Formats: sequence, C-alpha cells, structure tokens
Amino acid sequence: MEFFERFAVPHPSPAIYASMVVIGLSVIAIIAGLTYFKKWGYLWREWLTTVDHKRIGLMYLISALLMLFRGGVDAIMMRAQLSAPDNKLLDAQHYNEIFTTHGVVMIIFMAMPFIFAFMNYVVPLQIGARDVAFPRLNAISFWLFFMGAMLFNISFVLGGSPDAGWTSYFPLAGTEFSESVGTNYYMIAIQISGLGSLMTGINMITTIIKMRAPGMTLMKMPMFTWSTLVANLIIVTVFPVLTVALTMGTMDRLFATNFFTSTNGGMDMLWANLFWVWGHPEVYILILPAFGIYSEIISTFSSKNLYGYKSMVASMVIISVLSCLVWAHHFFTMGQGAAANSFFSITTMAIAVPTGVKIFNWLFTMWKGKIRFTVPMLYSVGFIPLFTIGGVTGVMLAMSAADYQYHNTMFLVAHFHNTIIPGVVFAMLAGLTYYWPKMFGFMLNERIGKWTFWLLSIGFVLAFFPMYITGLDGQARRMYTYSEATGFGALNMLSFVGAGIMAIAFALIVYNVYYSIRYSPRNIGSDPWDARTLEWATNTPVPEYNFAVTPQVNSIQPFWDSKKKGHVLFPAKLDKIHMPNNSGMPFILCSIFFVWGFSFVFAIWPLVILSTIGIFACLALRSFEKDHGRYISVEEIIETEEKTGGAKL
Amino acid sequence: MKMKWAVLTVILSIVAVLTGCEPLTIFDPKGPQAERQANDILLSIGIMSVVVIVVFAILIYVLVKFRASKQSDDYEPPHMEGNPWVEAICVGIPVIIVAYLSFVSVQSNYIVESAPKGYEEQEPLVVYASSSNWKWHFSYPEENIETVNYLYIPTDRALEFKLYSYGPITSFWIPQLGGQKYAMADMITTLHLAADESGEFMGRNANFSGKGFAENTFNVTAMSQKDFDEWVDEVKETADPLTEETFNKLLKPGHLGQMTFTGTHLEFAPPPEHDHGSSHTEPTEETDTHDGHEH
Ligand code: HEM
Ligand SMILES: [Cu+2]
Repeated sequence: MEFFERFAVPHPSPAIYASMVVIGLSVIAIIAGLTYFKKWGYLWREWLTTVDHKRIGLMYLISALLMLFRGGVDAIMMRAQLSAPDNKLLDAQHYNEIFTTHGVVMIIFMAMPFIFAFMNYVVPLQIGARDVAFPRLNAISFWLFFMGAMLFNISFVLGGSPDAGWTSYFPLAGTEFSESVGTNYYMIAIQISGLGSLMTGINMITTIIKMRAPGMTLMKMPMFTWSTLVANLIIVTVFPVLTVALTMGTMDRLFATNFFTSTNGGMDMLWANLFWVWGHPEVYILILPAFGIYSEIISTFSSKNLYGYKSMVASMVIISVLSCLVWAHHFFTMGQGAAANSFFSITTMAIAVPTGVKIFNWLFTMWKGKIRFTVPMLYSVGFIPLFTIGGVTGVMLAMSAADYQYHNTMFLVAHFHNTIIPGVVFAMLAGLTYYWPKMFGFMLNERIGKWTFWLLSIGFVLAFFPMYITGLDGQARRMYTYSEATGFGALNMLSFVGAGIMAIAFALIVYNVYYSIRYSPRNIGSDPWDARTLEWATNTPVPEYNFAVTPQVNSIQPFWDSKKKGHVLFPAKLDKIHMPNNSGMPFILCSIFFVWGFSFVFAIWPLVILSTIGIFACLALRSFEKDHGRYISVEEIIETEEKTGGAKL
Repeated sequence: MKMKWAVLTVILSIVAVLTGCEPLTIFDPKGPQAERQANDILLSIGIMSVVVIVVFAILIYVLVKFRASKQSDDYEPPHMEGNPWVEAICVGIPVIIVAYLSFVSVQSNYIVESAPKGYEEQEPLVVYASSSNWKWHFSYPEENIETVNYLYIPTDRALEFKLYSYGPITSFWIPQLGGQKYAMADMITTLHLAADESGEFMGRNANFSGKGFAENTFNVTAMSQKDFDEWVDEVKETADPLTEETFNKLLKPGHLGQMTFTGTHLEFAPPPEHDHGSSHTEPTEETDTHDGHEH
C-alpha cells in the first residue's frame, strides 16, 4: 500500500467521521481548559509524575471507567444491529471491528486496569505498607497500560480497527486475510500494556512477600491481599506466553515470518494454543481479585469473620494451578481426538470444585451474621446466584462432546458474560462503592446506588439469558445479521432491551458521582462501614505515607480486634518516614513507547529506530540517576495527622 | 432418579414454552451423534439445576433469616472459623457430581469421535468438505461428483466428513446431525455423523472467518439411499465437469449459489496430507500437498 493510504480508515462511515471531529474537539477543549485554568503544573506535579500507589490506583480507576464506556458503546451498537433480523444499521465490516474492539477493550483495557486500581489502592493499605515495593516501576506499569490503551483507541480513526476477534485467530489475522493495519494495533497495543501488567505482577508479589506489617504472617493476610498475590503469580506465569505469541504474530504481519501462516510450515493451531495458554488463566486473573473483594465486603456487612479462611486460600491456590491446565477447552473442536479432550474436560470440570467451596464459604460467612444491605453488599449477594449460573453453564461447556454443539454459539457468549459481569464487573462496582469513601472522603448516594444495582441486574438477566436459548437454537456468535426464518428475532430484541437497561444503569453511576460530589456529607470519619481490616485504620483522606506508625498485626482482622478486643494497633512511637521522590521519567519513557508502538503499527522504520534509541536512553539515564528519596519529618507528620483527623497516634 | 426426571420435565417445559413449543434445534436431533449430545446436555442441565436450586435455597434462607433488620441491636455475630465436616461436604458432593459428569463426558468423547452407534459395521460414505471464503465445497470421491453450498446425504448410513479449509479456520456444523469441528488449511480433521431421518437441515460455518461469515451457510438434504443414488446418476448425466480453472475461480472470495459438478477437485488439488484425529480410513492420496492449497 502507498504510505499515506495506510492512515486512511479503510471502511469509513459518517459515524467514524463524526468521532474524528469529536475527538479533535475534545483534545482542543482539554488543552484549552488546562491552559485557561493554569492546571498544567498541577497535572504534572501531582499526577503525571506521581509514584504514590494511591494516585496511580485512582488513575487506573478513571481509565477503567472511561474504557467501560467505550466498550459499552460498542456493546449497544452490536445489540442494536442484532435486535431485528436483516438489520442494516451496521454492515459486516463495522460489526466485525466493533465486536473485536469490544472484547479487547473490556478485557485488557477495562477489567485489567479496574483490578489493578484496587490492587494498587488497597493492598499496601491492607498490609500496612507505605507504598508498593517498586514505586517508580509501578508508575511505568500504569503509563505503559495507558499508552497501550490510547494506541488501541485511536485505531478506528487512523488506519482502521482490528477485525479478527479478540481471539485474533490466524490465518484470519494474518496479512493475507487482514490487510489493513488494524491487527497491527491489536498486536502492539496489547503488547505494550501487557508489559505493564507483567511489571505490576512482579511489583505486587514483591510488595506482598516483603512489605507486610509486623505480625502479619501469610495466613493472617486479608483475603483481598491473598487473591492479589495469587492473581499476580498467575500474571507472571502466563503473561510471558502472551508476550511471545504477540511478538510472533507481529513478526508474521510485519516481517513476513511464517509462525502462524497456513503455508511454509506455519501452524495456525500454535496461535490458538498460545493464546489460550494465556487466555484462560487471564479470566482467573480477573475473577480471583473479584473474589477477594467479595470476601472483604461479605465479611464486613455480615459483621462476621470470613468463614473457612484456610479453605478459601487453598481453593484459590488450587484454582491458580488448574487454570493453567485447561486451555484446550477453548477448542475441543480442533480435532485433537477423544483422549486429549477427555483430559481437558476433566481438568476443566475440576475447577468447579474449589469455586463451589468459595460459594459455600460466602454463604456460611453470612450464616448467623447480621446482614446489612448496603450497595456493596447488594452487589455481593446478587453475585452469588448469578455467578452460580455462570459457573454451572461452564461445567456444561466442559462436557467436551456436548461442547461440539455449544461452541461458537450464543450459549458460550452467555456463559462468559454470565461469569464476567456478575463476577468481575459487579465486584468492581461493589469495590468502587465500598472504597469510595476511603478514596474521596464521602459516600456515594445509597438510593441511586440501589437503583443502579437493580437496573443492572435486571438488564443483565434480560440481555444475556435469552442467549442461552438462541445458542441452543443454533445461533452462532459473531454473525452480523441473521434471517427472519431463523426465528432468533424476538429473543435478540429482548437482549437489546436488556442492554439498554444496563446502559441506563451505567449512566446512573455517572449521575451518582455528580450527585454525591454535590450533596454527600463529608464528616464520615475514616471507618464508615464498620470494617475489619487495616485499610480502614488509616485516616481519610489517606496521608501520602499511609500510616504515621506501622501497625502491629495479631490476626486476620487486626482493625476489628483493635475496636472490639483492645488490640493495640500502633504501639510504636512516631519517627521520620522515608518516601520515594516523584519522577517524570515513567511518563516520558512511556510516551516514547507510544511513538514506538505507533511507528510499528504503520511500519515507519526511521521512527521505530529513533524511539527505540529513546527508550534505551531513558533506561540508561535511570541507571545513572542517584535518587535516595526523601524523609518526612515528625513535625510534618503530626501536622498532617491533625489535619486529616487522625488522633490514632 | 425421580427427582432428576421431575427437574428435566420442568426444564423442558419451560424451554418449550419460551420457544413457542417448537423444540430448539439442538433438542431436535436427527442422528445418533446429535442425540447423544442432546442427552448429555439435558443431563447436565438437570444436575446443574439441582446445584443452582440448592445454592438459591441456602442464599434465600440466609438473607431472610440473618438480615440486620430482623435482629436485636445488641446481637453480636459469633466468630466462626470453619468446620472440617461442613467443608468436607462442600468438597465431597461437588466432587461426586463432577466425577459422574466426567465419566459421561469421557464416554461421549469416544462415542462422537468414532463411527456412529449402530453404523459401526457399515462402509461409511466419505465426503470431503472444504471451505473457502465464504463457501463450502463438497467432494464425493467415490461417486466422483462435487457440489458447492449444498449437501445431499443418504439416511441410515455412516457419514465421514473430511474437513479442511482454503483460508481461515472455519467450523463445519450441522446442528441437527451433530456438533461441529474445525476445518483448517494445514491438515484434515474428521467428523463422524449419520442421519436417521430424511429431511432438510441447516448447515453452516460456525467459526468467525471474516466479512462474509454470516452468510457462510449450506443446505443439507437427507434422503433414502435409493433417492441418493438416483441423484448421483442424474448429476453425472447433467452436470459439467469441474476443471482446475473453474475451481480456482470458485475459490475467489465471495458468495456463490448452489452448484453441481462431475469430477472432484481432489484430483488436481489434493487435500492437506496430515490427518489429524481419530480416523480409521486414511485418505488415499499420498502426494505432496503443499502446492495443493495455494490460494
Ligand atoms: C466453573 C468455572 C468455569 C468453567 C467450568 C468454565 C468453562 C468454560 C469452557 C469449557 C469454555 C469454552 C467453551 C467453548 O468455547 O466452547 C469457556 C469459555 C469462556 N469462559 Fe468459562 N468457565 C468457568 C468460569 C469462567 C470464569 C470465572 C470466567 C471469567 C471471569 C470465564 C470466562 C470465559 C470466557 C471469556 C470464555 C470464552 C471466550 C471466547 O471464546 O471468546 N469462565 N468457559
Ligand atoms: Cu477457559
């Protein structure tokens, strides 16, 4: 293709031109606004250069919410297109691009940063640490994720979006069948943010292993910290596989290697295997932290300790091992024969056992409890029945011979949304509502929150349960349309209605934030939910050093014990605190990564070489830099503690 | 056992009502493989419904009984560590369920991967089904004919489909006869089917393969062996021969209607050599196939 032709959207439509204008205008508006209100310095000092785990957590949170809306718009367009037979709203090419970006955005750029937001914000607080083990690396992780996400999101106005599905199977995703630069974006944007995830994995594991407060043995860690540890162990195990697979895919597309092509000895099945060796554990990377959040919330709002702590931990460890042994259940139909399918069928079903143990433990945690139906708790008790349905349909899919009928149908689509929405998305919204007062010093409105929960749940059931039926009736997934004669029309219309209700619920979340900023009371103290773990023992707002004095831990719920049993949380005396300095390097480094990715997508080699040099220059500079951090003096600490209402000295 | 059937009946009736009484495609099998799969699906729906009902029952009980609004203000929930017996039950029962389903699953795997039940003795009808963007080519090597986008098959006869693709991975699927299997460019996969009844069925590519995927369907007609033989004779008399030139034209991306030819493309464009999967009948061609599927 001619050089400039590559930048043109291969298949434009008025909607895309409109988005270009909107994107252009918003960028101008943001720049103008920052300049007018003189906020550039603030932005740079407080956010772009920050290495504070709480601020990085918040930036993950905001990005995740933005991506949730981006992916949500994709979803509504798909459901609208399918709401009636032979609909002409979208053509095949647009539909294909939309379901591809929907999947990638929701998994990689929405769910992942959402769990990273909570890991970053909560884990150091929960273990009584002052920050993560490698604060600057943490900033690099975030900015890598952010630049990857931005790179992916410009695809639809520059060069065209990927259109081979979020699974991107070769040879469809190869240059022979996907000529536009779309799939280059897929390969490179995910690569960049995947590197960030890998670094987060290393960072979180180190933090949890090395930086727990005195007295907090492994078996006294809060459940969310445990789930973070296990999820990050999975990350460092399987993300390298994704890195390698994406590299091979990139080479196939840009340098005409033949790893996955159908000629010259390439193996299309190799991609499918590598993808799912990462892909299946990936869904557990998402769900385990969600389980952790539910454990915290259910225990808090039942006013009871978590039932079966040991079996909760054991089941997560077992799940993490099994999750790496089941990948072939995503392609039972590839012809590997009865023996291989039987193996993967059994390992897959086995996962249901530890998952079931967790469900029962949550139920027994509530048993004899004192259940308060706050918004986070509503999400958690809504999660239990809905996720159970998702889990049992998973077991059905795991019956490999039967899967020959479910595979590639709407039944499968219903299954995984049934696990991911009540499992992951509900957990994120529950966690958002639960930790909001800690993050911002006021509560989200309870009434609007309850409306959101009910609309979301009802919308979810209407949108996804019909898919079980149409799937069993033979509706394949990823079809941009179907004929009247198939009879899928009515149930697809129902799905569309459900999706519309979910969209209203998500809009309500935005309204709730606005409403609560204006009207919520600010005098809520630092423990508004009567919680049990250390993150609630700090002041609100949390000072940058988290704890003026490192807490002393005696049990799984030290804060609860300090409230009820007179456990002394902060026995030591005040001392100066060592903190890391801010640094502009992560942001600059990752901006260069963005240029690097962009020039790779469009094969602009001089720029690739320049930005590669830039990246290595940043790394070299960093290794010659001497930065020993700084100390916060005792006077400063006392001043901050008084300001943030912390009399807990 | 009684319980299981009761649940099954309830579910079937719900499903039936929801779909206006016409059975869902998957639950309307016309061949032994699809029937086995439908039975597995119903069995798992039945057992899983029991699991769901138990969880729902405990949840509702807990939520009603232990809500704060029903308890006195000074009630302090007890500290409960976990009880080995309770937890053993929570592991034991799922293990039993999963073990039973695994047993059924393994059994079914071997059933769907071999010649259909009741047809083991027969010589199967071999059909090479290959996909190209976005069409299906069906070659009948014994009959020496080839069709595009439609498939005629005899009833009461074992069918052995040899699947491969001239392009992206596709998935050959006739839901009423049995589940799907991938067709790929670098190897052959084998799917065993059979039709018990004559009739017309929907067949399609189930695996996303690009722009024309939604319309990548074909019609299946099952008829008695006698009718089938007559059809073959008729084709031989009336249809044009398939030349390499015509075939290469057919491979071009796009959609085609139904077409019929004498001769098959297997002669000048042999399928990939590597046979993947559980077949007893090896393809006869032993030629180098790499130039066989150039596109
Ligand atoms: C009891 C536990 C589970 C079992 C037994 C199970 C089983 C399965 C099986 C067998 C498939 C492949 C079906 C096919 O392609 O034909 C599948 C697909 C999938 N599952 Fe699950 N699953 C479970 C839980 C989960 C959870 C917790 C999540 C996510 C949080 C999840 C997300 C997915 C996704 C995203 C896919 C398919 C993605 C795609 O093909 O695009 N599953 N599951
Ligand atoms: Cu999986």
